[in-house]
Amino acid sequence: MRTDPILRVCNLSKRFGGVNAVYDVSFYLYEGETLGIIGPNGSGKSTLINLITGFVKPDSGKVYFRGRDITGITPDKAVSLGIARSFQLVRPFYNMAVYKNLVIPLYSPRVRKLKGGKYGDRDEVAIHLLEEVGFERDSQVPFKTAGTLPHGYMKRLELARCLSLQPEVVILDELFSGMSMSEIASMLPLLEKINREEGRTLIMVEHRLRELFRVVGKVIVLNFGMKIAEGTPAEVMEVEEVRKAYLGSEVEAGA
Amino acid sequence: MVKRGYRKERLDRGIKARSDDIFAIASWRETLYLILPRAAVIVSLLAFPLLKDVLGHYWQNVMLITCTIALLALSWDLLASVGLVSLGQALFFGVGAYLAGFLSRTFGWTPLLTIPASTVAGALLCTAILFPVLRLRGIYFGLITFALPLLMMRMIEATKILGGTEGLSGLPPLPDITFELYLVITAALVCAFGFKRLMDTDYGLVLRAIRDNDRSVLASGINIQWYKAQAVFIAALPGTFAGAFLTHHYQFVGMPAFALDFSILPLTSVVIGGAGTFAGAVLGAFILVPLSEVLRAFGTLRVVIYCSFLIIFTIGLPEGIFRFIERKYHQFERVVPLEEVRA
Ligand SMILES: Nc1ncnc2c1ncn2[C@@H]1O[C@H](COP(=O)(O)OP(=O)(O)OP(=O)(O)O)[C@@H](O)[C@H]1O
Ligand SMILES: [Mg+2]
Repeated sequence: MRTDPILRVCNLSKRFGGVNAVYDVSFYLYEGETLGIIGPNGSGKSTLINLITGFVKPDSGKVYFRGRDITGITPDKAVSLGIARSFQLVRPFYNMAVYKNLVIPLYSPRVRKLKGGKYGDRDEVAIHLLEEVGFERDSQVPFKTAGTLPHGYMKRLELARCLSLQPEVVILDELFSGMSMSEIASMLPLLEKINREEGRTLIMVEHRLRELFRVVGKVIVLNFGMKIAEGTPAEVMEVEEVRKAYLGSEVEAGA
Repeated sequence: MVKRGYRKERLDRGIKARSDDIFAIASWRETLYLILPRAAVIVSLLAFPLLKDVLGHYWQNVMLITCTIALLALSWDLLASVGLVSLGQALFFGVGAYLAGFLSRTFGWTPLLTIPASTVAGALLCTAILFPVLRLRGIYFGLITFALPLLMMRMIEATKILGGTEGLSGLPPLPDITFELYLVITAALVCAFGFKRLMDTDYGLVLRAIRDNDRSVLASGINIQWYKAQAVFIAALPGTFAGAFLTHHYQFVGMPAFALDFSILPLTSVVIGGAGTFAGAVLGAFILVPLSEVLRAFGTLRVVIYCSFLIIFTIGLPEGIFRFIERKYHQFERVVPLEEVRA
């Protein structure tokens, strides 16, 4: 017998104007599992994440975290529970030094509680986190303003922000977009470590299927806001509807 | 023919202590270089009340009003650091002023009790009033703050509470003018340095982050409303203090406590002095308030001169006077020979 899933989504729907951004989507995930969310552009992947993390309120449906109803909670509460997310469109604190960007999440109630009251040197922890996501140790980059970072590094900073929150569930919205092949390759061991060693549940939205499938064990496919397939990577790529939705190149690349 | 020329070169002083994070003060000269301007300001301000025989009653009063406006300007600057643009500093001032009047009239408390009490209670009250509109940004928040003092003023007029149009007069005074000056000067200094210090801590960093990018702050697990409310409370303190203080100085509080002057003067002070530095807010007040007093001699022309001054400064020095001075202080000029120029 297993306990409650760490995350359960039941019949979530959200309309924007006349568009069903997410329509009647359900899935669940156990602690320590990995899930990929794929689908063509505009299929509702980011909206689904926004619904789970409280950035958008659902029209109908429920979200449960460890069996507890968290539908429509505020984003900061979601983080306090242990759900951290990255954004597809990165927006760091441009005018702050890169490492200072991480002092903000390190100041959050969640981190302070986990560390037990006084939490000393945030700057040091921040620099350590940056190293972990691939900022070189001796470079001056962490001390530059975040606005000057190349796009790939802004993505890493997003990941570092998630990790700084010591989350139980990490949701990454197109972490790989804007990264080169070699950059992505260097991220894969880190993602594996987050999941396997640290036991964090991982949800990734990706267009880069080949790389995604090396990390996740389970995939759901969205199209026009609806879930059209679910299963292991190999299973979903066999589904006719999925192949049709993707029409060509990316499936070839991923399969 | 070969001609020699010279040009001026500007250099930044290479002092590590200037950088935000690394405090590596190398020598007593550098220490002095950093401390001197601050010390000069503190000493001259604290010496001011001692010069009462030289300066006379008039300038003592100007100093008093200047410090009050400086407090309201500091309050404005702190609010702006979280992204809240206030057009109604008179709200803080008026609430503090009326609370002091009310407490001393109703309970007969001494000013030494009513001032701290109405500073804290007033700040709490203002936070409660502004709490529902904290999610508004930019001009929307500004408009609400602009309307609130007017609303308060008319409410007092209409309901005739707190003395109505007459106000409350005959309130107990503070001991004497020297005491008053020291009180208000100390308050302004503590506020200016305290706020600066506060914004340099991790807490201040969170406040600035909320101004720049609230989405990422939320995703960092921080409750924005709660932090904004805290910032409003902290920012309201100097404002309500200023109000309570002037109530006892004038031994009177009335509807003018919510007057537009207390909203506009602090705002323009910060614009002139430079936002985000706190020292700029104080400097701005110390330029504008005495200036507007001096200009009284010009009668109607006063407003024309005053406004021209404002326009010239906002266009000519958009960074604010303080940042300009700061930059100049950290630079030095030297004359270097030009490379040989062929004529
Ligand atoms: N805030 C919003 N207001 C209006 N419409 C929105 C909003 N957010 C998303 N949509 C619409 O909802 C649909 C789903 O968008 P969403 O961003 O979730 O897709 P996506 O799968 O993440 O796409 P992509 O792969 O391009 O990131 C789109 O039609 C989009 O235009
Ligand atoms: Mg998306």
